[in-house]
Amino acid sequence: METKSIMIVGVGGQGSLLASRIIGNVLLSQGYDVKVSEVHGMSQRGGSVVTYVKYGEKVYSPIVEKGEADIIISFEMLETARALPYLKKGGKMITSVQQIDPMPVITGTAEYPDNLVEKLKSAGADVTAVDALTLAEQAGTAKASNVVLMGVLASKMDFPEEVWQNALEQCVPPKFLELNKKAFALGRNV
Amino acid sequence: MKKLMLGNEAFARGLYEAGCKVVSSYPGTPSTEITEEVAKYNEVYAEWAPNEKVALEVALGASIAGARSFCGMKHVGLNVAADPLYTASYSGVNAGLVIAVADDQGMHSSQNEQDSRHHAIASKVPMLEPSDSAECKDFVKLAFEISENFDTPVIVRMSTRVAHSQSVVAAEDRQELELKEYIKTPQKYVMMPAYAKGRHVFVEERTNKLTEYAETSPLNRVEISENAEFGVITNGAAYQYTKEALGDKASVLKIGMVNPMPVKLIQDFAAKYEKIYIIEELDGIIEQHCRNIGVNNVQGKEIFGYIGEIPQSVIAEKILGEKKEFVSLDENIPVRPPVMCAGCPHRGLFYCLKKLGVTVSGDIGCYTLGAAAPLNAMDTTICMGASISGLHGFNKARGAESEHKSVAVIGDSTFMHSGMTGLVNIAYNNSNSTVIILDNSITGMTGHQQNPTTGKNLKGDPAAAVNLEELCKAIGIKRVQVVDPYHLAETEKAIKEELAADEASVIISRRPCALLKYVKHNPPFAVDSEKCVGCKACMKLGCPAISVKDKKAVIDHTQCVGCGICQEQCKFNAIK
Ligand SMILES: Cc1ncc(C[n+]2csc(CCOP(=O)(O)OP(=O)(O)O)c2C)c(N)n1
Ligand code: SF4
Ligand code: SF4
Repeated sequence: METKSIMIVGVGGQGSLLASRIIGNVLLSQGYDVKVSEVHGMSQRGGSVVTYVKYGEKVYSPIVEKGEADIIISFEMLETARALPYLKKGGKMITSVQQIDPMPVITGTAEYPDNLVEKLKSAGADVTAVDALTLAEQAGTAKASNVVLMGVLASKMDFPEEVWQNALEQCVPPKFLELNKKAFALGRNV
Repeated sequence: MKKLMLGNEAFARGLYEAGCKVVSSYPGTPSTEITEEVAKYNEVYAEWAPNEKVALEVALGASIAGARSFCGMKHVGLNVAADPLYTASYSGVNAGLVIAVADDQGMHSSQNEQDSRHHAIASKVPMLEPSDSAECKDFVKLAFEISENFDTPVIVRMSTRVAHSQSVVAAEDRQELELKEYIKTPQKYVMMPAYAKGRHVFVEERTNKLTEYAETSPLNRVEISENAEFGVITNGAAYQYTKEALGDKASVLKIGMVNPMPVKLIQDFAAKYEKIYIIEELDGIIEQHCRNIGVNNVQGKEIFGYIGEIPQSVIAEKILGEKKEFVSLDENIPVRPPVMCAGCPHRGLFYCLKKLGVTVSGDIGCYTLGAAAPLNAMDTTICMGASISGLHGFNKARGAESEHKSVAVIGDSTFMHSGMTGLVNIAYNNSNSTVIILDNSITGMTGHQQNPTTGKNLKGDPAAAVNLEELCKAIGIKRVQVVDPYHLAETEKAIKEELAADEASVIISRRPCALLKYVKHNPPFAVDSEKCVGCKACMKLGCPAISVKDKKAVIDHTQCVGCGICQEQCKFNAIK
């Protein structure tokens, strides 16, 4: 099997660590070789955050480059747009419609581009846009929007449901499990 | 059991399994998690030292005493620890001594892109370089054996990608080791000229033996592909990129021991092919070695250059002429640079410095973000500690003209690391300099490590805390003030006073980092849109929680921690 690439993008503090842990857990349980790569450090201070997940029979490079991602999962619209060049021809994008202004927009030296979902679609990308924040709030907390997106991802991959449920159980602290399972289900049924 | 582990976590597991007993390190991305992870094992004593030089000396002391020991740091840390390193090479070890140095190809979080292999070569210390997490664990264990068999410290070179990528590792049991006997041996451990001369002879012999070992060591591996028309010699993360880009189109010699390198192994491999590519990130060290040993059918730096990473796309393009297709939006996508957190205690201080228009001799930490827009309040940043010593030099050059309008800013961890000695210099050599210590009670930039000022140790247990006021006074600074940077007026007044004074002074800007769990925050503020006139005075602070919508300021209640400095800025009482 050819190596597959997933990219998770967002803003520091949005929970990409948990998302990559859940995906890694699912893939490992299916017997794949897996690599997960992230850059720590400066990115924690509200900067763009990128995580790569790669799986297959044997994975070499831990990073995903332009034109290589089979799936891009994004927590924030501007980051979705920034990640488009990484999408492989025929790849899929799953994005939350949430918008967080970066400092140049806050200070007024740049503008937040509008209608990004339409623009991405007309550029030929297969985009599933989800109001993950609202769904997460329905589940109990805005913080679970990362797990809502995991639900959406699950609906686009052919792994059995129980594998995802197991991964949730292993990656989420018991206290928050019910809530996250709800968030996951809301995403799965989008 | 097989598990996904970060390279750093696997490294820590390797230390544990190898029976390592004493760990002393200083944090630095991307090396920090090795020490944080190994500290979780109760069998291992682990500590944060104030700097890398101290850390390496602690580890060397433990090794001489008979315990396997470890010291970890980022690439620039090895510059600080170079002094003990170069002589530890002569003294050698008793029990094994392993040093991790993490390079940062691509400068994801560093102030330079130095190639630390040069230190291994110059100090004549063997250096190993793993390519994934499983190798991190295996190489660490082998490093201890090499250290003890050849009587030398061993450096394991990490990189951002190897340190911060997770791959599959199988954990094994710990090997519990007795302390080795300590025998007083001044010829080996007292490095005065008479003894050091003898040890230099030993070091040269050792290098010859290590080169022989490199010829057959499992660390260096040849992977022959029947279809290959050319060969590649590579190391570290670049090995993974090479395999991904070239698959079975190339035969590969993977160099896992980057110092000293084998001779015959390389000559034999290179003789098999007309053309050999050398794919190594940063400097052309393997390439130069090839030329030195008469292997001239190689190409490396002329194709790949000296800067940044050499990922699969670059290899595929340069060697195979293949390029991936991709699309991008025809749109200006604003950058998203890192910023100080909402409620960061550094913000108020930098706001005052900007307002006063002073020259700021900066340093390294979260507060380096004070150099970015909209605060733009930093003139220099070189290396840890350079803020204080650099300001002294600046003032000696420009005299009173600059003494009354320039300051140094330095974090608490950085002050402990190498700022204190600069302050001693200011007191001793009598410069009228103003130093501001940004005491946020943590080492923030590298992900919240304890340090000698915080009252806790690496394991989170209570520890002695340095009293910064008393320390500065003991150094000889008579004027020492403490301010709360959430109070802008008070902070500004203190800076003005100390700039005006005719002697050296220290201002301690004290307020814990807004992300610390024990910090109790005020409820979030909100903007009264009736009262807000859209003057944007609050925006000058660069708080990520404040933005402007429809010409009025709005505060994101999920981000705001109620620090109140924006309220202090608002002349219209619109922020409540
Ligand atoms: C010699 C060296 N060692 C380590 C580092 C990594 N590093 C960068 S800033 C920093 C410490 C920052 O802590 P502090 O001075 O307390 O400032 P804060 O980030 O908390 O604001 C460290 C360890 C470095 N740049 N250079
Ligand atoms: S981590 Fe702490 S010190 Fe660093 S920017 Fe955030 S609030 Fe400031
Ligand atoms: S009070 Fe104002 S400056 Fe402080 S965190 Fe909230 S919005 Fe930012």
